[in-house]
Amino acid sequence: MIKINDVTKRYGEFLAVDKLSFNVEPGEVLGFLGPNGAGKSTTMKMIAGFLAPSSGSISVCGFDIENDPMRAKQSIGYLPEGAPAYGEMTPNRFLQFIADIRGLTGEHRKQRLGTVVEQLGLKKVLEQPIETLSKGFKRRVGIAQAIVHDPKVLILDEPTDGLDPNQKHEVRNLISSMAKDKLIVVSTHILEEVHAVCTRAIVIANGKLLADETPDQFEARSRYFGAVSLRADGDVESVIAALSAIKGVASVETAKDGSLIALPKPGAQLFDGVSNMLHDRAFAVRDVSVLRGRLDEVFRAITEQGDRS
Amino acid sequence: MSAVMSNPLKTLVNREFSSYFATPVAYVFLVIFLVLSGFTTFWLGNWFEANQPSLTTFFQYHPWLYLVLMPAIAMRTWAEERNSGTIELLLTLPIELKHAVFAKFAAAWAFAGVALLLTTPMWILVNYLGEPDNGVIFASYIGSWFMAGAFLAIGTCMSAATRSQVIAFVLTVVIGLLFMMFGFINLTGGSGWWVEMIANLGFITHFNAIAKGVFDVRDLLYFLSVMAVFIYATMVIIEMKKAD
Repeated sequence: MIKINDVTKRYGEFLAVDKLSFNVEPGEVLGFLGPNGAGKSTTMKMIAGFLAPSSGSISVCGFDIENDPMRAKQSIGYLPEGAPAYGEMTPNRFLQFIADIRGLTGEHRKQRLGTVVEQLGLKKVLEQPIETLSKGFKRRVGIAQAIVHDPKVLILDEPTDGLDPNQKHEVRNLISSMAKDKLIVVSTHILEEVHAVCTRAIVIANGKLLADETPDQFEARSRYFGAVSLRADGDVESVIAALSAIKGVASVETAKDGSLIALPKPGAQLFDGVSNMLHDRAFAVRDVSVLRGRLDEVFRAITEQGDRS
Repeated sequence: MSAVMSNPLKTLVNREFSSYFATPVAYVFLVIFLVLSGFTTFWLGNWFEANQPSLTTFFQYHPWLYLVLMPAIAMRTWAEERNSGTIELLLTLPIELKHAVFAKFAAAWAFAGVALLLTTPMWILVNYLGEPDNGVIFASYIGSWFMAGAFLAIGTCMSAATRSQVIAFVLTVVIGLLFMMFGFINLTGGSGWWVEMIANLGFITHFNAIAKGVFDVRDLLYFLSVMAVFIYATMVIIEMKKAD
């Protein structure tokens, strides 16, 4: 478990992280969101023990990262931003080096190395210098070194950055498959990732915590959450009027592609109302669907509100 | 075996040392070192004309060779870690900072040792041509290696201070030159305890003492102290400048 208690980090005058406090429990996959420069990476560097907080404390698995760094670091697997690795080494030598530093020995070492090579599909590049590998493989090598000792706590700073959609999918599956017996913190600015892998999302901007909730709650903040979208052929004006008259509809928007979107008042369920109305009035409509929240919109609303405050 | 292999310091030194040989740079360096030491001995030092069965001319140019070559070995040690971001990976592994710092220095020093060992044909040659004092030669090798260590400690320290290898190189040459100049203060004609003291801070003073075969532990201690000071300074700099 990770406990972050009133942590502040200053670089000279610049306040990178501002009195941040939160806990993460085993089994949670915490999505760490925020615009670039929000303090995500700085926070992760502090959890991993690279940077010391200017004030406040961080403990990982009960070990204070400043007072007992060795034991805290032993329980952490960390993928730094950009997945740095020693370019002149091959993935094989690099992973062996990490396994040795992590104190893996004998059969266990062999078995763990085999497992991570298998999990990340590194077999065919094992003997090529890392600097000659594609971005996707470099990222996978970085993840492999983070999990080779099967850590209780996994800190991944933008694990899918720069990967193609298939590789992203694989990495997300890998994260989900490890989630049940670990505590995972993933930073990202790709919002769909939050739904794909996270059980909890934290938004920070300018070093401040702005939101801390489940992806569903996060999504429910969107004014599009539970909205009904449809395409009307023919008399669009009457359809708009009829939609607006339904109980619980806050407003009706016309989207760029011409479809109509009925936005709900907070907490209102629209689908039954819309469906009854369409049945009664017999409008010619197509593609009726209930929308999910728009995460990018929520994200923007939260972080811009943070900017103003 | 497992007990030995799980020693993180040994693992670190192994990685650092083998990283020298992972690229052709190490081999290029070794060739340049051997060519330059041959050039200084035979051409600048007129070793054959001198007709002495000793390696004095070989060793007398080592301070000047090291002034340029040791910074070249040391410049990448920390600057490259910083530049490529691997410093973050390295320092979040469960290792002590002092081990990471010492491992880089030790690997560089071992590499300098390899370069020095490759000059043994000189020693064989001089033994073939005459009857040199092998005790003096052995002492000179040890002294030369210790002096290399002092240059390398300065070099790793400067490398820790910047992410640019070029800046690290230049700074190391400048500081190295300063340590060389200390030894020449006697030439200014000054005298007194302070001249003596500054002269004693110079590399050449101590190296020449060892190379004469006057084996005084204090000369080796001098080089060890320089190494210790700069290795410690490296740790302080890394700790201070982690975030840069």
